[in-house]
Amino acid sequence: MIRGDRLELAAAGSWTVDSAADLEQLVDAAVAQAGRARAAAIDMARIERLDTFGAWLLERLIRDVETAGRDIDLVGLPERYNDLIQETSQANLKQPEEPPVDLVDNAAKVLRKALVMMVRDIILTVQMFGHLTVAMLRVIRKPRTFRLTSMVHHLDRVGWKAVPIILLITFLIGAIIAQQGLFHFRKFGADVYVVDMVGILVLREIGVLIVAIMIAGRSGSAYTAELGSMKMREEIDALQTMGLDPVEVLILPRILALVIALPALAFLGSMAALYGGGLVCWLYGGMSPEVFLGRLREAISLDHFEVGISKAPFMALVIGIIASIEGLSVKGSAESLGVQTTASVVKSIFLVIVLDGIFAMFFASIGK
Amino acid sequence: MATEDDIVIRARDVHVTLNERPILKGLSLDVRRGEVLGFVGGSGQGKTVLMRTIIGLLPKVSGTIEVFGIDLDKAGESGRHEIERRWGVLFQQGALFSSLTCIQNVQFPMREYLRLSNRLMDEIAITKLEMVGLKPDVRDKYPAELSGGMIKRVALARALALDPEIVFLDEPTSGLDPIGAGDFDELIRTLQHTLGLTVYMVTHDLDSLHAICDRIAVLSDGKVIIEGPMEAMLACDHPWVKEYFRGKRSRAAGMAATHVLIDERVE
Repeated sequence: MIRGDRLELAAAGSWTVDSAADLEQLVDAAVAQAGRARAAAIDMARIERLDTFGAWLLERLIRDVETAGRDIDLVGLPERYNDLIQETSQANLKQPEEPPVDLVDNAAKVLRKALVMMVRDIILTVQMFGHLTVAMLRVIRKPRTFRLTSMVHHLDRVGWKAVPIILLITFLIGAIIAQQGLFHFRKFGADVYVVDMVGILVLREIGVLIVAIMIAGRSGSAYTAELGSMKMREEIDALQTMGLDPVEVLILPRILALVIALPALAFLGSMAALYGGGLVCWLYGGMSPEVFLGRLREAISLDHFEVGISKAPFMALVIGIIASIEGLSVKGSAESLGVQTTASVVKSIFLVIVLDGIFAMFFASIGK
Repeated sequence: MATEDDIVIRARDVHVTLNERPILKGLSLDVRRGEVLGFVGGSGQGKTVLMRTIIGLLPKVSGTIEVFGIDLDKAGESGRHEIERRWGVLFQQGALFSSLTCIQNVQFPMREYLRLSNRLMDEIAITKLEMVGLKPDVRDKYPAELSGGMIKRVALARALALDPEIVFLDEPTSGLDPIGAGDFDELIRTLQHTLGLTVYMVTHDLDSLHAICDRIAVLSDGKVIIEGPMEAMLACDHPWVKEYFRGKRSRAAGMAATHVLIDERVE
């Protein structure tokens, strides 16, 4: 109500959280009205309830009217709310300054951050490799410090327990390659070369690559998550303060287990893939197992198998190192654990494929 | 004797079993409007279990729990949500969402339950953070960047986000240094006065019990063995209560509290 050039407001009802949204509009409207009057007063005598939301909106009304250069009086506030009003009048005094957004600058920052992260990744990988070597040498000099139990436990987890899924997946892959080969080679009567293709492809490339990718997803992620949650709960710091090297205690047994398990799994996987291929050749291609085996014996040599299996320990090392680095980079939040686990899997799969390419060039150049 | 309206939490004959081990065996407890109730008991006796049962995180075998006069089992989903809006919980470790900043943590319940403008939510959240004694510049920090005491304060601000009528505090002062714990006690007292809260506090801290609790309930062997003000605790003959309130540690705390009382009288 406007009396002379003075705006008189009267508040009523409950100024609480439930009505906060409506109250905010009323308060903003009142501020706009007060701008047209010389002075204002607000009567709070008839309010029923007041909580922090109401108290803050009242405070905001008073502040906004005062910043507009008008006087405002607060009258009739029930005494029981004095403390609350007192409290809110101290709040929000300092406005946070918003940093200006500069798109070009932001893009530059993002780019720089990505570069820094990449360099950091390379340094960390080299560091972890060095650390691991030192721990390994220390263990070789004092074999009693080696955590055999831990390694066997991890061998069980990443090796033995992975066997069924690895066998299943590689069996299917072998079968699919053979089926595709038969289907397309048949057009020009080259059915029998399917055996060459399956044999060489599986033993040299697919067997070990599929197994490494599976293990990166299955065990690398588990390593990252374990080490990460140990980092979050300060277990790794606790180890360090007891004079133990986390790399030696936690990471070395894990990586060694992986280095032992991956070639074994790659071997089993290759055999399962050949079995799958042979089965499809027999059932779908009508090639008897004897013919398949005879052809296979001619098509492949031990070289192919050596090339394939010799890559496995290196891939295991890469998976293990990446998983450990990412695990140790976990920070306090649950989100960061997720981020690092994803990064661990993505990076190790990427590096496994890159490594496979490098090996392919290497073996080609030495003529194997 | 308190009237019916004054009782905000009424637990009757509550039985709770954890892993086939009975924890609460026919517990009954009243919490009155506007009081600070301290809930004590030995480790593993089920103090936290009762709190978690009241707020619905643990199932009970039998018994009834009424909050604001409404039986939680019969309230239905929407009824429960109504009640959940009217209480706030401070967990022992804070339980802040680690992927949200402080201000987002405090705003989280507001975003879920209310439709407010961003400006108002920011202002209210800052107000809450300031009310619990934090500087506004913590707003954009993540929980991992805060100290234990600050985490508890932010968690308290979040518990108070919707201006609840009851706050449940699970060992609010554990893990804080004595000065920090004292400050926190005072903070709870101040907030309880200004906001008219009912405080249900599980605690081990004798200083808190002396300083801010209106009433204390003692849990032993699955039941509340005694409830009442500090004087009643000191007069009690139960061996555990005697040991707890009249042992060596409690005498020190008691003396400190008496000093405070005397100081207040002098003023």
